Amino acid sequence: MSAPLELPRWADVALVPALTVLTALAVSGLVVLAIGENPLEVIALLLKGAVGSKAGWGYTLYYTTGFIFTGLAVAIAFQAGLFNIGGEGQATLGGLGVVLFCFSFDSLHPLLLVPLGVLGAAVAGAIWAAIPGYLQAKRGSHIVITTIMFNFIAATLMVYLLVNVMGRPGSMAPETRNIAPAAIIPPMNVVLGWLGIAFPRTPFNLSFVLALLCAVGVWILVWHTRLGYEIRVVGASVPAAVYAGISPTRVIIITMAISGGLAGLLAVNEIMGVQHRMVLEFSAGAGFVGIAVALMGRAHPAGVVLAAFLFGVLYQGGTELAFDKPSITRDMIVVIQGFVILFAGALEFAFKRPLARLFRAQEA
Amino acid sequence: MTASPPALELISIDKRFGSVHANRAINLRVAAGSVHGIVGENGAGKSTLMSIVYGFYEADSGEIRIKGNPVRIRSSQDAINHGIGMVHQHFMLVETLSVLDNVMLGAEGGALLAAGQARARAAMADLGTRYGLAVDADAIVGDLTVGLQQRVEIIKALYRGADILILDEPTAVLTPPEADQLFELTKVLKAQGKTVILITHKLREIMHATDTVSVMRRGEMVATLETARTSPPEIAEAMVGRRVLLKVEKKPATPGRVLLEVKNLTVRDGMGVMRLDHASFSIRAGEIVGVAGVSGNGQSELLEAIAGMRAATGDIRVDGEAVNLSRPDPAALRARRLFHVPEDRHRCGIVLPFAASESGILGHHTDALYQRGPLIDHGAITRDQSAKMQAYDVRPPLPDLRSSKFSGGNQQKIVLAREMEHDPLVLLIGQPTRGVDIGAIEFIHKRIIAMRDAGAAILLVSVELEEIMSLSDRIIAICGGRITGERRCDATNEQELGLLMAGITSQGASAAGAAVVPS
Repeated sequence: MSAPLELPRWADVALVPALTVLTALAVSGLVVLAIGENPLEVIALLLKGAVGSKAGWGYTLYYTTGFIFTGLAVAIAFQAGLFNIGGEGQATLGGLGVVLFCFSFDSLHPLLLVPLGVLGAAVAGAIWAAIPGYLQAKRGSHIVITTIMFNFIAATLMVYLLVNVMGRPGSMAPETRNIAPAAIIPPMNVVLGWLGIAFPRTPFNLSFVLALLCAVGVWILVWHTRLGYEIRVVGASVPAAVYAGISPTRVIIITMAISGGLAGLLAVNEIMGVQHRMVLEFSAGAGFVGIAVALMGRAHPAGVVLAAFLFGVLYQGGTELAFDKPSITRDMIVVIQGFVILFAGALEFAFKRPLARLFRAQEA
Repeated sequence: MTASPPALELISIDKRFGSVHANRAINLRVAAGSVHGIVGENGAGKSTLMSIVYGFYEADSGEIRIKGNPVRIRSSQDAINHGIGMVHQHFMLVETLSVLDNVMLGAEGGALLAAGQARARAAMADLGTRYGLAVDADAIVGDLTVGLQQRVEIIKALYRGADILILDEPTAVLTPPEADQLFELTKVLKAQGKTVILITHKLREIMHATDTVSVMRRGEMVATLETARTSPPEIAEAMVGRRVLLKVEKKPATPGRVLLEVKNLTVRDGMGVMRLDHASFSIRAGEIVGVAGVSGNGQSELLEAIAGMRAATGDIRVDGEAVNLSRPDPAALRARRLFHVPEDRHRCGIVLPFAASESGILGHHTDALYQRGPLIDHGAITRDQSAKMQAYDVRPPLPDLRSSKFSGGNQQKIVLAREMEHDPLVLLIGQPTRGVDIGAIEFIHKRIIAMRDAGAAILLVSVELEEIMSLSDRIIAICGGRITGERRCDATNEQELGLLMAGITSQGASAAGAAVVPS
């Protein structure tokens, strides 16, 4: 008997995600129709806002950068069979790591201070994720529950620190003082300016390159190293790992640490690249968007980069759209994003089954 | 030829799945009131054929006749309406419901349950007396033994008016005594005029329980034989297409030094129940020691404890060196060339979604052979797997194919190649031929003997007593976690081992009581 859900590889990696996006857009179109707007016009405006100008591209890629970090974080945990919902909290702690490292080594040269800041973000995020990892591996506390709870703990901890401990002297705002100029990651308009290319001033910064490097790094780690092999064995079958002498405990803790480290890097984009100081809720939900990005990208780094770009387009295009069409509020954009998440994450099989049938019929 | 039309007749049934021609022009006549066996290797098309009869698939062409009337079966409901019942290898029961609820499920007969329940209860009582199919109607299915669960499946089929009962590999999950009970039942069913179709790949069952046997090979029906006038070698030859050695040929063992020494090995499970009770034995180089026992009597725990997969107390020495049992570590044992072919291939032996080449390094993924600097050398892994696939005749010989796409026998060859080709000192083998077809069994047995002759110490665990007896040089019998006896293979017989497996160790026990009581 043949398995009913076997698809050709290209269909699995390209066709299914494309169909989910199109379906989400079609359903969103119905909602747009219902409030009396023309869906095609709305889509055109959304695309124009996201990729219709250099500034649009800048904002889109800035959002993309953050989503790559959080998407990779969720994706690598998926490879070990873990569902890390805690990207938000790990990113928050990443922010704490950035400012602690940057403030401690304030006077260093940029070539040393920037890597230290990046390290701070990764280490703090890694520790924050390794704790739920440890609890899962040693105590059996479910990672979904503990990572969600750790989001709340991180948020509360940050309020306390920003109000009572690290707040800018003489300011009522819950934020730290600025990091040293040497710790700032240059924005892309500056970088491209060095190359003689004119680019408008946007939050898009050099962290984007770091994000792409991380995607390549995750790809190498998962598919070309021993640790990656062990991660995938644990993700596919814990008994097989035990048989092979791979300690699931060790692999789970390490994987969660890597996952948290990647989520923590969101703070590099936000704090070292844009805000230049720690503010409350700088992660702005990117940790959760990372879940959708990883689902949509089939937990593969290349897919994650593409899905992160798609969500970048939705975010930036949606913001512009809300300006152009007052009847379409930001909430509308959240609805569209919701549909993409729903179709990509929850209704994948709705497409896989009929497609598999179609392919089988075609072959016969 | 009987005058009455056959209970089931298939005429020229054809079915393709893509490029796979699963059934080619199958003709089959199943006489009413007979037990008809269908045998064939894995992938020969037995399951597809029965799925067509039971309405899971529709044939591309051909005709199905029931009692001489052409019928169209498009769903299992159609099949049930035509008096066909099927008992699947994996039961379709709701474990949390009672037996009665399971029997009624899908045939409640109305929105209110009381009437249907009363009817089902009466029908169950009637089936119980007529066929000796007694099961407590109010028991929860999950609490029943596997044998009784299978009985519930049969009751379900009969309750729905089945005249033709298809049993798909019914003994795969049963202990030998439960299997004997099942075949008693098929006799009663036959005596009452029911028709039974038995799908299996165990020749002993065919000889024991059927009137007629049809043999399938590569999607074709190659022979239909009268069971009384055929023999296991003849059926095996029809299945495989060539002569098969059912008996393993081997030279006498020439044991060398002790390579594995186990003393007072004791294993407790998570609940603190003793699963293995002070087991002691040793295996020498060039020797196969078989463990005979009814499944679930501590063999799995024995293998896993020696392989370092679970904690144990006692003393194990590999080639004279003590093993640290308080910190079990399969990787350290592999480094000492103790390798393990696990009992449960799908759970532990391979990683189903991985490419065959990646399953082929499981547990050996730290070998220097497979590394290139800090990275894994996929080229070397693929080449290595390709060579092993040639040597072990794995089909298809494609290292990049997903492990789940190989048949059971070929998956087992992938595991065996991985564990045998690294020059083992001690080799633990669990269920080497479970779910493996006859052609591959012969090959695997030859390899195991070749490993022994190359000087490995082999511990063999199998639920097939025949396999233990034909491969082992020495046999230890196990019952309830305790070793109840040790015999040289050439100085014992099935009766004696059966007694030891049942925990009857005194010489005075009569051979008549050889039936093994399930724990």
